[in-house]
Amino acid sequence: MNHYAAWKNALIVFFLFLSTLYALPNLYGSDLAIQITGTGDYIVEDSDLESISSTLKENNVDFKSIKINSNNILVRFNNSQSQLSSKTLLKSSLSRNYVVALNLAPSIPPWLGNLGGKAMSLGLDLRGGVHFLLEVDMEAVVSTSLDRYYNELRTALRKDKLYKKIRKEDNRLVVSFNSEDLKDKAKKVIKSDLPDLVIVEGSELELELGLEVSSSAQSAAKSSALKQNITTLRNRVNELGVAEPIIQQQGSERIVVQLPGVQDTARAKEILGAVATVEFRLVDEQNDVQTAIQSGKTPSGSAVATVEFRLVDEQNDVQTAIQSGKTPSGSKLYQFKDGRSLLLKTTVIATGENIVDASSSVDQDNQPQVSIVLDSSGGRTMLETTKEFVGYRMAVVFIENQVETIIEDGVAVKKRSKTQDIINAATIQGTFSNRFQITGLDSSREARNLALLLRAGSLSAPVEIIEERTIGPSLGADNIQKGFISVLVGFALVLVFMAWRYRVFGLVANVALTLNLITIVSILSMIQATLTLPGIAGIVLTVGMAVDANVLIFERIKEEMRSAKDIQKAISAGYEKALLTIADANITTLIASLVLFSFGTGAIKGFAVTLSIGIITSMFTAIIVSRAMINLIYGGKKDKELAI
Amino acid sequence: MNLKSLNIPVIDFVGRRKYAMIFSAILLIVSIASIGFQGLKFGIDFTGGTLIELGYEKTADLEGIRSKLASADFKGANVQYFGSDTEVLIQLEPQSTSSAKLSSSIIRMLGEGIDVRRVEFVGPKVGEELTNDGGLAMLYALIGILIYVAFRFEYRFALGSIAALVHDVIITLGVFSLLQIEFDLTVLAAILAVIGYSLNDTIVVFDRIRENFLATRQVEPGSIINEALNQTLSRTLMTSLTTLLVLFALFYLGGEVIHSFAGALLIGVVIGTYSSIYVASSTILAMGISKEDMLPSEKEKKEIDARP
Repeated sequence: MNHYAAWKNALIVFFLFLSTLYALPNLYGSDLAIQITGTGDYIVEDSDLESISSTLKENNVDFKSIKINSNNILVRFNNSQSQLSSKTLLKSSLSRNYVVALNLAPSIPPWLGNLGGKAMSLGLDLRGGVHFLLEVDMEAVVSTSLDRYYNELRTALRKDKLYKKIRKEDNRLVVSFNSEDLKDKAKKVIKSDLPDLVIVEGSELELELGLEVSSSAQSAAKSSALKQNITTLRNRVNELGVAEPIIQQQGSERIVVQLPGVQDTARAKEILGAVATVEFRLVDEQNDVQTAIQSGKTPSGSAVATVEFRLVDEQNDVQTAIQSGKTPSGSKLYQFKDGRSLLLKTTVIATGENIVDASSSVDQDNQPQVSIVLDSSGGRTMLETTKEFVGYRMAVVFIENQVETIIEDGVAVKKRSKTQDIINAATIQGTFSNRFQITGLDSSREARNLALLLRAGSLSAPVEIIEERTIGPSLGADNIQKGFISVLVGFALVLVFMAWRYRVFGLVANVALTLNLITIVSILSMIQATLTLPGIAGIVLTVGMAVDANVLIFERIKEEMRSAKDIQKAISAGYEKALLTIADANITTLIASLVLFSFGTGAIKGFAVTLSIGIITSMFTAIIVSRAMINLIYGGKKDKELAI
Repeated sequence: MNLKSLNIPVIDFVGRRKYAMIFSAILLIVSIASIGFQGLKFGIDFTGGTLIELGYEKTADLEGIRSKLASADFKGANVQYFGSDTEVLIQLEPQSTSSAKLSSSIIRMLGEGIDVRRVEFVGPKVGEELTNDGGLAMLYALIGILIYVAFRFEYRFALGSIAALVHDVIITLGVFSLLQIEFDLTVLAAILAVIGYSLNDTIVVFDRIRENFLATRQVEPGSIINEALNQTLSRTLMTSLTTLLVLFALFYLGGEVIHSFAGALLIGVVIGTYSSIYVASSTILAMGISKEDMLPSEKEKKEIDARP
């Protein structure tokens, strides 16, 4: 009685061996490292490895090792000084096709790595970093798509001069006609050419037609805006140089961005949320600015976040315009940041979309500047414009769309604002095409950010940060240390208590508990779950609750001993009778933790994951493993007493 | 079976259940009154707002920080030490300019060389969603458990365990309300964990009650329940003790972030232990549980026959 078959014992040992093996990687620390990845579709090659390694050697940087992985090159260092200096070095020597990021690389021995051993990944609260939840302004997306359909509708109906007037009204386009006949013809055209526009029910008046964007086209526009924004955010994060960033869609209009180990969180926030871009326009020199101001007409435009290059309206006098109270046609009024006004031609020479590269530097007077490279179509327009308008001024307009949620009378309201500032307006000295500089920036920080935003591309719709959780590196380190100590102390207290209360059986329970802890860690490592502080709390709680199964069994054995006086019977009865109770109790706790998991956000999920895993593994260790040990100690013995 | 002859201490739990009921009623009334009048001190997870934790090299000058904030027109900023006097916690209610940029401008204003340990910003909409989701989660957990217990035992047991759970949750919330401890997302997680724990305890007792109903010829429900409570007493206390041991470790050593989480669990485990002894069993007794209710259906009979 009370024997496990040899195969059963062997299986238990095998399981425990596996979990110990896969828990092992967590014992090795991590190396300071730099991770180099390709941007976009580019994947690093062996030749990159050679050039990086020779760059480092040439500059006498002391590094531990360099290795190419499936999609990155990892350089390990012995100290943070050489890590940091290498980052600066590599960033300047490598082209923009590479992302250079600081990282911590686990130093697992190769044999363990080959077996698939991985260390647990640490959550943001343990290693420091930023978590953002961004919400895409979907109303803006819908309104932009309505603008697009407005233009398409006009083009479609213009051919045969079908319409009298088209106007935008709320979320619909209202077309008016001269006759029923024309209206019917227009309906046919719309049906065949613009299937995404549907007639609003009840909006069909005598000579009018209300159209709206179909819900399927709207949701397509929304999801493409979301995807495009994710791509842009990924580009921006790459520019920031973050190792292992997470950029994910959450729900239908939100994006989660997690940047582990980011030090300058303020900059990350500035960059991610920015919906800024530039336009190049000619200055309207003929018309007068003041008139335009007094007339109260402000320039309108629907461009989301772009830079414009415009010509300055040179013919019109600003003062006249102010007094006459009208903005001359073909011009719009813009302001410098300091409030000075200027009339710019409405035609945009180039926008941020045309920019293929941008970098910040300082000019000969030590002023910050951004060097721009345009694509071929932008370059062509720029060449034509500068040829024609030598001696005129060209303005760079910085456009920023913002959306903010504000509280008004206790209700959250979305507030949209758009700023369009002229960065500078400089005289065109000679012709140029696709390469030139923007000056007139306030600081080199502004120049740096602008260059980055232009390179990474603009967001297709404004985003708003609706949640931020930043953990500084010092708090992260504190959290690890405190989490570790509390697990250790809690664990030790339970061990001492169990050994004191249940003697030999207590020691068995302690071994089972230790194995449980190892198994939890190995499972977390294998599924690459992220360990967070609440996750550690879940482990600690599991330690406290895992012994419950053993307590139930041992108390039951004690009871059986009082009546049966046969240790073998007492042991087996104790285990069997406690089994159903343990299962019942654990399943109900599991239900609670599954609910936690399904509803929870990051922090709570972490807790639920470790708690659930802990409950399941504790059933294995507390029932099966402890039984195997008790069988080995007492199985077949004729003792009259148990050390319990 | 005579418990006394087996050296098990016999405590007349059932006989004293009136006192326990009065005690529970007082706790519940005080808790509900406090929650009703004083409310819970919700953290920014639920209300929305901004929280900044800063680390200074020397003792931080709270008054200086407050006056700086006031002069920069940050209304309603709550500035306090956090853990030690070199660490400062600044909390701002959601205001008209509530946005993620607020924290950056405050940090910039307070000057260079401060260690930014933590920044949390929760938009008003997000907070509202979390509150709704949190309430729903609690409800789902209770419903899931109710179904499982009703399925495994009997409806009276399910109601008994829910009574114990509601009792535990209300009193734990009551303590948070009375002491005005901040109620944030981690505390909510702790309360859900308390539900799991308290249930675990109750189920163990119920299991024994059912077993005893089936095993003895005795028919008086009160004494059967009392016997079950006594038999499981040492297990109930042992498990609570080991859990409390690790919770104390978390409470004192886990750091500020985990402090209120551990606190909620500490309260919950103590109340949960008490309720599994008194509240759950008193409820099923009051609902008139009897031996007949325990007689197994055909399916369960087979299961029990299969047991040794």
